[in-house]
Amino acid sequence: MSQTTTYLIRGARVLGGEPADILVRDGIIADLGPDLSAEGAEIVEAAGLVALPGLVDIHVHLREPGREDAETVASGSRAAAMGGFTAVCTMANTDPVADTAGVVEQVWRLGREAGYCDVQPIGAVTKGLGGERLAELGAMADSAARVRMFSDDGMCVSDALLMRRALEYVKAFDGVVAQHAQEPRLTEHAQMNEGEVSDRLGLGGWPAVAEEAIIARDCLLAEHVGSRLHICHVSTKGSVQIIRWAKSRGCDVTAEVTPHHLLLTDELAESYDPIYKVNPPLRTAEDVQALREALADGTIDCVATDHAPHPVEAKETEWANAAMGMIGLETALSVVQHAMVDTGLLDWAGVAERMSAIPARIGRLAGHGRPLVIGEPANITLYDTAAERVVDAASMVSKSANTPYRGMRLPGRVAATFLRGIPTVLDGKVQ
Amino acid sequence: MRHLLSAGDLSLDEATLVLDTAKELAQVGGRSVKKLPTLRGRTVVNLFYEDSTRTRISFEAAAKRMSADVINFSAKGSSVSKGESLKDTALTLQAMGADGVVIRHGASGAARRLSNWVDGAVLNAGDGTHEHPTQALLDAYTMRERMGRLDGLRVAIVGDILHSRVARSNVLLLRTLGAHVTLVAPPTLLPVSVAGWPCEVSYDLDEVLPKSDVVMMLRVQAERMNDAFFPSAREYTRRYGLDGDRFAQLPEHAVVMHPGPMIRGMEISAEVADSPRSTIVEQVTNGVSVRMAVLYLLLGGSESGIGN
Repeated sequence: MSQTTTYLIRGARVLGGEPADILVRDGIIADLGPDLSAEGAEIVEAAGLVALPGLVDIHVHLREPGREDAETVASGSRAAAMGGFTAVCTMANTDPVADTAGVVEQVWRLGREAGYCDVQPIGAVTKGLGGERLAELGAMADSAARVRMFSDDGMCVSDALLMRRALEYVKAFDGVVAQHAQEPRLTEHAQMNEGEVSDRLGLGGWPAVAEEAIIARDCLLAEHVGSRLHICHVSTKGSVQIIRWAKSRGCDVTAEVTPHHLLLTDELAESYDPIYKVNPPLRTAEDVQALREALADGTIDCVATDHAPHPVEAKETEWANAAMGMIGLETALSVVQHAMVDTGLLDWAGVAERMSAIPARIGRLAGHGRPLVIGEPANITLYDTAAERVVDAASMVSKSANTPYRGMRLPGRVAATFLRGIPTVLDGKVQ
Repeated sequence: MRHLLSAGDLSLDEATLVLDTAKELAQVGGRSVKKLPTLRGRTVVNLFYEDSTRTRISFEAAAKRMSADVINFSAKGSSVSKGESLKDTALTLQAMGADGVVIRHGASGAARRLSNWVDGAVLNAGDGTHEHPTQALLDAYTMRERMGRLDGLRVAIVGDILHSRVARSNVLLLRTLGAHVTLVAPPTLLPVSVAGWPCEVSYDLDEVLPKSDVVMMLRVQAERMNDAFFPSAREYTRRYGLDGDRFAQLPEHAVVMHPGPMIRGMEISAEVADSPRSTIVEQVTNGVSVRMAVLYLLLGGSESGIGN
């Protein structure tokens, strides 16, 4: 990785606007405007590229510690950089679970050592994700990792009293509980979205109501105790309506949607290829449309990938025995361009809000999601909107290849990513 | 068609060809020497991940009557119990040169997955709660033999539709063949989207019986009551069991079918199961003929096979 060099990014369209030059020095944006020049600066030609604030993903699984065969903090953060991200928040369902100060500090340190993006651990809400006793939330908050988001993601905090207590407790350190909304009893033996396709395929159904019931309950709880609530990977039209209603009542709730829920539908399960098996499951075209509209109108606040690497053998098997989840860091921006920008639902300023500014705010990630103006940290993503690629699973930077987009033609390509003035990706290659 | 994975993949012509071929091949079963040379030199693997003596023996008998070499591979005590994946098992069978693989598996879609990994024909002998196409074919064959036709036939399928691969295959095949199907079950044992299926649905067995030419009873596991699908086995039997009184509501010509294994006293009473209007034993006999027909048509016993 390069030493602190001065970079002059030439002709980039900031948030898709008019071309301008960006001078990056000492980790910050030193100057911004037309026709800049700087002695000794390394020139980065960016004519035609869109400049975005470094992307922020508040929901990834980097599998370390425990499943280093699928991903490590180093490999996952390289994949993140490749996707244009400068900060990621890692979920707690590692082995051991990130439910103590020791584990979150380990992950945080691994991220610092790798240096490709800021890796902010999310702490578990309950001990061992067991859903029975609170983990030491305060110790994680006070640790070097300064945890502010807490989630049992992969599992739902289904006990209403425990959820209430967690919501209340994290207020002491400006924390937020990120809920994986899945009523466990309603989703026993669940394999895919419950509906016409699951009935035909004979695969156990994961009904929309199992997500919506928990979201409704938790919005009411958060409102009652005056806490901050975040909803992970919203996947149904009904969830959107409930969140819209909760926000209209003044509930302090935020929500994320994954790129795959913005594009893919449950009909893909017809192949019985578990590359499409994910939790929450792919839903219907009607849900996809509602999610896109909700992301556009702000009901859903941000995009998060739920990047979930798995080794080949976990997917090359019968559907019921396969692992749930798909990788997403390296394709996220392309999918968002395809689903939101090319459809006219969002402009690049809107994308910057939903993939950088807002998630940074939800995760309390200082120095990220800042506007591209003079004096701000030089966290910058340069993106070629005109490029096109056929997704090749084998060429992923991630250690795993379980991408549902393999073989699909997607727009766009990340040309460069700068983390505090240092390029982690240049010319489309990890540095 | 290279494989038989779903009853829904069969066109009317293809399904009729299977039934007509089965009819011809049935005569072999009546001879003292029950053997045809048709599939000599062909290898059929019975790959059974679930215990199913009935279906495995039926396929084995069918293949042997056609002179195929049969290899039985059961998951228990095999490489599978040592943790071998379906894909690796498939590659092993492929390397051994299996011309056809008959697979029974507890996971829906397993037959479809297998067909991606082997060159030979894959016959779905039951995959999870998805389909069991040869069962539907033998059921249709039995109905045609008994009733003389399938077009316009009124068929009630009663029981645990939600978890039944037999019901799914029968609904698809019987529609193709022109029969009218009514599914009868408590609402808890019907798929949520059943209203979109090509059949009628009723919660009331007594209302359906007088209008039925064929009643197919499905096995209902008493353990389902533990997941609150119904309150008790007794209540299930009272509302949906076929006993002597209900049997009397059927038209004179109507027959009773069951794919087996049946639970006497649960979904069907002994007197109904043993009645001359029950086809349960015939279904077993017909199963061999139908499976012979499918093997014959898929493994190139004829020039064209089934369809393309």
